[in-house]
Amino acid sequence: MAAPEAVERLAQLALFADLRWPELEAVAHTFDEEVFAQGQRVLRQGITGGSFYVIVEGDAAVVIDGQERARLGRGDFFGEISVLLGGVPIADVRAETLLRCLVLPGPELEGFLLEHPPVMLRMLQAVARRLRDASRWS
Amino acid sequence: MKPFPPGEYPVLVVGSGPGGLQASYCLRRLGVDHAVLSADDGPGGMFQRFPLFERLISWTHAGADAERGTREYELHDQNSLVADDPALGALVPGQLADGHRRPSRDEMVAAMRSFAERAPIPVRYECRWESTKQEDSAYVLATSDGEYRCRAAVFAIGMTQPWIPPIPGLELEQHYVNVDCAPDRYRGRRVVIVGKRNSAFEIGEAISRQGLRELTLVSPRSPDLGRLARSPLRPWYLTTYDEHVRGAPGRFVLNASVDRVEHREGGFVVHALDPTRSEPLLLEADDVIAATGFSTPLQDLPELGVATVREGRLPALSAFWESVTVPGLFFAGNVSDAAPGLRKHGVASLSTMVGGFRYNARVLARHLAETLFGMSSERPRIERDCISAFLLHELNHSPELAFQKGYLARVLRASDDEGAILDEGILPLEVFVDGSADGVAITLEFDAEETIRPVVYVRHDGVLHEELLAPHPLRRYDGQPYLEDVEKLLRPLLR
Ligand SMILES: Cc1cc2nc3c(=O)[nH]c(=O)nc-3n(C[C@H](O)[C@H](O)[C@H](O)COP(=O)(O)OP(=O)(O)OC[C@H]3O[C@@H](n4cnc5c(N)ncnc54)[C@H](O)[C@@H]3O)c2cc1C
Repeated sequence: MAAPEAVERLAQLALFADLRWPELEAVAHTFDEEVFAQGQRVLRQGITGGSFYVIVEGDAAVVIDGQERARLGRGDFFGEISVLLGGVPIADVRAETLLRCLVLPGPELEGFLLEHPPVMLRMLQAVARRLRDASRWS
Repeated sequence: MKPFPPGEYPVLVVGSGPGGLQASYCLRRLGVDHAVLSADDGPGGMFQRFPLFERLISWTHAGADAERGTREYELHDQNSLVADDPALGALVPGQLADGHRRPSRDEMVAAMRSFAERAPIPVRYECRWESTKQEDSAYVLATSDGEYRCRAAVFAIGMTQPWIPPIPGLELEQHYVNVDCAPDRYRGRRVVIVGKRNSAFEIGEAISRQGLRELTLVSPRSPDLGRLARSPLRPWYLTTYDEHVRGAPGRFVLNASVDRVEHREGGFVVHALDPTRSEPLLLEADDVIAATGFSTPLQDLPELGVATVREGRLPALSAFWESVTVPGLFFAGNVSDAAPGLRKHGVASLSTMVGGFRYNARVLARHLAETLFGMSSERPRIERDCISAFLLHELNHSPELAFQKGYLARVLRASDDEGAILDEGILPLEVFVDGSADGVAITLEFDAEETIRPVVYVRHDGVLHEELLAPHPLRRYDGQPYLEDVEKLLRPLLR
């Protein structure tokens, strides 16, 4: 069961902006929540079995081979690449502040996206934006 | 006379359920001085009340072919507290009535009482912790008996405070913890249970036998039985679900979100929103039961700065079960589940259950002894040509690895001087993976298909490598192929 505040918070994240109650509530039930201390690793480069994360609060750094490559903040998501392509994460993601994330186990992501096409579209747009901005990433 | 009068103690343990008893036992074995307080009047914690109707969901195979009190036996018995003294381990099988493989709560409590008496674990009973403050580098816990000052506190306060989502019309008195267990209470009635976790199915199963007229379980998510290893659900309680799937009249398990509970003359109407239908489902009921979950009785810890997850129901914890925001506040027992670990493929640890958290307590006790009190325990040196055999032995015999899959690991560290390999013992996998020391960690894990596999993590020159070994249909990870695999993986480390 989810409290209205939790559902409200979901509604404010771009990824879920097109969903309506009670779909949002179902989403709140599907995702778990984890909180990470500053400096803690969230996603681990090269390790199998990673999850999909959406940042609810705080900042994170994308780190490849020890080099910081990008910053992530509220509403950003990560972990989807290795989950969708079936590989291992190609980067570490590290909490830079106290970091609160929604978490979906990797094996559940595909089914979740198929059940919620608006979320899939939003994700596609975000990934497309990332591609367009790729020069800033590399 | 009550032990542990108010005053100053290095460590304070709160709770006398299995979590508190196990933590106290482990701390004492290491010589960490501490006091134990509990609001209860005797040992056993929540098992004095729950599960309400049914036997436990965790197994004790009393007749197992292994000697009681050994590590080997622990694999057959998820419910006993663990001890270094074989006479103290495996106390549940001695209480178990013949013909059962899961204890009743009375049998469970009897075993814990016996553990607390024999160990012994002194506890200051009927002493309630009420509020907390921080003074310099100490914590002061105000209790019904007075003030306790400590350097670190270990809260083994369980997770049985009723939690109800703010659904209009759903009330605390309808929660699982307040269900009337009289044998005829639900005979001939129509009951709606909000929730679809173990507690919901447990009640459903029990009251079905009372001769119900209608039973409906409702909550947004379907029980995901296709992924049983990843689900906390145990099939023991699932008869109602089976009956629903096969179309038994008056047995329904619905995926819908409860919008409100309307009180009517002599009963209720539950308004449920099924996302696949345009109209709400109206469920008429004589009784509504909220099996909506539990929270941790954290008292004023959030005000002290303890960050929480899941709408305040659990503290956010580090790999060593310490609050991520307030150092010095640790958690044991059921609440240790709030340190999720790597959760590879979404698989949770067994830390919500005795069979899992009893091992967390050992790791925590050593961590406290070493980091707060400068005690150091031995790290035995493992001869180079025995390392692979040692690791395989752990894979086959370690209850820590078997129960805390992908969560606790056996860790060997390559020491800086003369390249000796030292046994670090059992540690959270996360601690090894996110650390920097060269060495090897070994675990048992579920892979993406929920097959159990040994996994080896080797760090050499600071670079971590993960390797999943082949599964074995009889879960026997010995013999030449495994030995060769492990030896090959260790080669860079031992060069
Ligand atoms: C319905 C249900 C069924 C379960 N079935 C199983 C099962 O079959 N097998 C299994 O392994 N696990 C089961 N569990 C999980 C179970 O809760 C744990 O295994 C175990 O009982 C938890 O132990 P604990 O010591 O952490 O907490 P508890 O047993 O809940 O003990 C908490 C202790 O903290 C004390 N306390 C709390 N607040 C205060 C305070 N403010 N001041 C002083 N003392 C305080 C309490 O008095 C109590 O002594 C079940 C849980 C539920 C809710």
